[in-house]
Amino acid sequence: MDVVKKINKFTPYMLLAPAGIILLLALLYPIGYMVYASFLDWSPSQHIGQAEFIGLRNYINLWNDAAFFESFGVTLKFAFFVVVLEMIIGVGLALLLDREIRGMSVLRVIFILPMMIAPIVVGLMWRYMYHPTVGVFNRTLKEWGFESIPWLSDSGWAFYGVIIADVWQWTPFIFILALAAMQGLPRSALEAAELDGAGEWQKIVHIKLPLMLPVLIITLLLRLIDAFKVLEVVLIMTNGGPGLSTEILALRIFRTAQEFQELGYSAAMSNILLILLMLLTIAMFVYNKIQENRASKMCAMIEKG
Amino acid sequence: MPIIELKNLVKRYGSFKVLHGINLKMVENEFTVFVGPSGCGKSTTLRMIAGLETVTAGDITINGNSIINLEPKSRDLAMVFQDYALYPHMNVAKNMSFALRLQRAPKAEIKQKVEAVAETLGLTDFLHRKPGELSGGQRQRVAIGRALIRDSGTFLFDEPLSNLDAKLRGKMRAELALMHQRVNKNMIYVTHDQIEAMTLADRIVVMHGGHIQQHGSPQELFNEPCNKFVAGFLGSPPMNFLDGDVISKNGVVCVEGDGFIVAVSDEKGKALNEQKSKQITIGVRPSDLTYSEEKQALSNFALRVVVSEYIGTQSVLLTKCFTQDVSVELKSDQILPKNKILNFTALADKVHLFDRVTEIAI
Ligand SMILES: Nc1ncnc2c1ncn2[C@@H]1O[C@H](COP(=O)(O)OP(=O)(O)OP(=O)(O)O)[C@@H](O)[C@H]1O
Ligand SMILES: [Mg+2]
Repeated sequence: MDVVKKINKFTPYMLLAPAGIILLLALLYPIGYMVYASFLDWSPSQHIGQAEFIGLRNYINLWNDAAFFESFGVTLKFAFFVVVLEMIIGVGLALLLDREIRGMSVLRVIFILPMMIAPIVVGLMWRYMYHPTVGVFNRTLKEWGFESIPWLSDSGWAFYGVIIADVWQWTPFIFILALAAMQGLPRSALEAAELDGAGEWQKIVHIKLPLMLPVLIITLLLRLIDAFKVLEVVLIMTNGGPGLSTEILALRIFRTAQEFQELGYSAAMSNILLILLMLLTIAMFVYNKIQENRASKMCAMIEKG
Repeated sequence: MPIIELKNLVKRYGSFKVLHGINLKMVENEFTVFVGPSGCGKSTTLRMIAGLETVTAGDITINGNSIINLEPKSRDLAMVFQDYALYPHMNVAKNMSFALRLQRAPKAEIKQKVEAVAETLGLTDFLHRKPGELSGGQRQRVAIGRALIRDSGTFLFDEPLSNLDAKLRGKMRAELALMHQRVNKNMIYVTHDQIEAMTLADRIVVMHGGHIQQHGSPQELFNEPCNKFVAGFLGSPPMNFLDGDVISKNGVVCVEGDGFIVAVSDEKGKALNEQKSKQITIGVRPSDLTYSEEKQALSNFALRVVVSEYIGTQSVLLTKCFTQDVSVELKSDQILPKNKILNFTALADKVHLFDRVTEIAI
């Protein structure tokens, strides 16, 4: 009897085990490899076994590497700007377009198109549009009689150029999530607010935004995580230049491995980025847990009546 | 207090006509109750008064001025929604004071008003809870409190008690009646529960299929329903309807059908004689039927008791009059044998007559 019970209890785990093991290997092996590599002085021509173990020297070098810190700063600045802009524009558009007008569904589809284009293509597209002489922006400026702008060749402008491209591509992501959140809002509470004397703006500030907040926070964290890893668009548009003005961390990691052939050093950088993203992910989970706890507490209260 | 008038109000969703020209004038300080079966357009009417639905045709006036182009917030109305429509992220105090805070009323005044309303509704201990942490009945009261605190001229209620259990509903019904006596405002109340309508209303408006069937005081509607629908809708258990034909017996106008014969009052007899159609449906309320040992020549119902439902001091007998169902309400101490044909009688002026085809009262 007891044995049967035990077998019954373990059966589900046994059935899950193969998938679990594969998943663990697939996840942990590369990460473990990367962590291990960050303690090596390793060039691509060597087999990993031939590389010299140098302990924490890669990390110590990172600590003294001004270029790394600059790159880190660029990444933070980039992520901050794009996420703030995308949140404002995305949520703003959703608030504007959340109404029943004919053709709205077509418009919504058009709005989310940029998100569906491969980043490489987005990068190329924007590079051509930013082209100093034949790009659409400078041609238009010229036609209107303005000076042309050194979009990608000036270290100040290049940063904004990259931000604009990213905002163009990823605002739709926030837009659709905000729109979904908005359509889940309780209609009658909004009607009640109308009767209570709230105008459009007051409804947004006092009812819509607070009720959308949980979704918006998760959206923001997802976008933030993604913004820290952006690579292709910047690689294609500026390749980090001019100078280090647009060299975001992912690009620096890529170049360290590819151009400078320092695999161990780039692995160390990746680990720093990984830790940063892990913290963001944990923040997201904690926030989710708090929300769930609150919801279940409410349910319990209601059941008690 | 404002006088609200609906003038030939029409509502159409696409090609689907929901309201077919509603005309109604609501007197000052009146408690008006809209009743009717599900889907008859009660909520639609209320929401049009509130400004939450557009008006297809016709007009709504307050004190003679058309309001159909006014925003909801400019109409001086407070509404209690069927699903409460509380703001989920605000606590009870914030929910109730939302309108006042939007008007930038002084903090002290808001606090004092919230406390006063919470006191009358028994919500003082819950002021800091969110709606999700309240029971249905408590949420209900918050929704009412949010309307009360506004001090607007008219209150609209859309089935506010429908989600409560029977006991709480009774209690809230009494509280609403008290509240109306105390605050003396226009109240427009939608329900499909006829007991709520009868107990609360100064005036009942019975709706069916997008038309007003009849409106008037509960007594008027109960005693003189204008058609078969109103007669059947008000009263519990509902009125019995039996088909019969007009005949003359010993010079008295009677209606006779399978298993029954009733003489009608002189007045109605005259009306019947003028009436072309002799096909009649009679209506008798279960409480107007009484048992009689003897068979009465001019008012007799031969009923066979099938089931007796004991509901306290009263019992409801479900009986068969030939093949048609008839219910009878009696004092419980009067015990009658089952499955035997018994004689019942009704007073002539308690018998309602309807044209069988048009269903209009005669
Ligand atoms: N947005 C809409 N589009 C189309 N038809 C609608 C819409 N809203 C309501 N209706 C229809 O209008 C009719 C009246 O609806 P209403 O909500 O006024 O009914 P009600 O009398 O309040 O019923 P209940 O007692 O069930 O609440 C119904 O037949 C319903 O199907
Ligand atoms: Mg309704």
